Amino acid sequence: MSLQNPTVTDRSESLLATNQLIRNTYLMLSLTLIWSAAMAGVSMWLKLPPMISLIAMFGSMALIWFVLPRTARSGAGLMTVFAITGLMGLGLGPTINYYLHMAGGDQIVMTALGGTGAIFFALSAYALTTRRDFSFMGGFLMVGLIVVLLAMLGNLFFHLPALSMALSAAVILLMSGFILFDTSRMVNGGEDNYLMMTVSLYLNIYNIFVSLLNLLGASRD
Amino acid sequence: MDWVKIMSAIFIGVMLVFLWPRAGQMLRESRKGTRDEWLIVVLLLLAVAAFVAFLMHGMHPNTV
Repeated sequence: MSLQNPTVTDRSESLLATNQLIRNTYLMLSLTLIWSAAMAGVSMWLKLPPMISLIAMFGSMALIWFVLPRTARSGAGLMTVFAITGLMGLGLGPTINYYLHMAGGDQIVMTALGGTGAIFFALSAYALTTRRDFSFMGGFLMVGLIVVLLAMLGNLFFHLPALSMALSAAVILLMSGFILFDTSRMVNGGEDNYLMMTVSLYLNIYNIFVSLLNLLGASRD
Repeated sequence: MDWVKIMSAIFIGVMLVFLWPRAGQMLRESRKGTRDEWLIVVLLLLAVAAFVAFLMHGMHPNTV
């Protein structure tokens, strides 16, 4: 007679898989953030023009929508994730250069970096330790994202500084919500691929950093 | 209107086209959260907002 209880065995196997997914995701996220920072450094050193940001954005979004879903479960997925995060880092260079040329620019960039790290670690730690299910936020977050994108489209034509600041604040709150939602998906079994998870969390961090730069730059002015 | 704005508008438009169906699907398939669950989310987001306000206050020229 077997001494093993099948339910207990299934549960421990599932817990093991979840822990492995969490470990792989955070390891990959650390590597991609370092890689992305290196690419941003190269872009800043080369003083690439602002148009590069848009081209890099188009390239990385094309990779996220068309290539990553097809390669996420193969070795090519790893290269795709590094290509996405490298391109996004490259596109970040001109933005960081712009803020560094402002008065007190180095303080703005360092504060944005520290603030982004603090928000990400605090929210991730909360979702990981409590293991709460935040899956109910999915629809709300997606609708919020669409509303923010529509407002951004409108502000391209109206140039309202107050709206630009309000949108940056909204993006920070939305991405904070996405950190809770994505981390909960990882912990509670909504997503089992660490490459997809890495890109989701990377995008949350990236958007918080850029929006925080915009808000801190505006408050400095 | 310069090229950067035109390209930005196209980029946002493309994102909207891709996200629209996903948003509809997530709205239909997401479970409903309880009042307590939403309260926790609101409190966490308020904490984030307060932290960002604190950072912005520290960045103001009069406080540096």
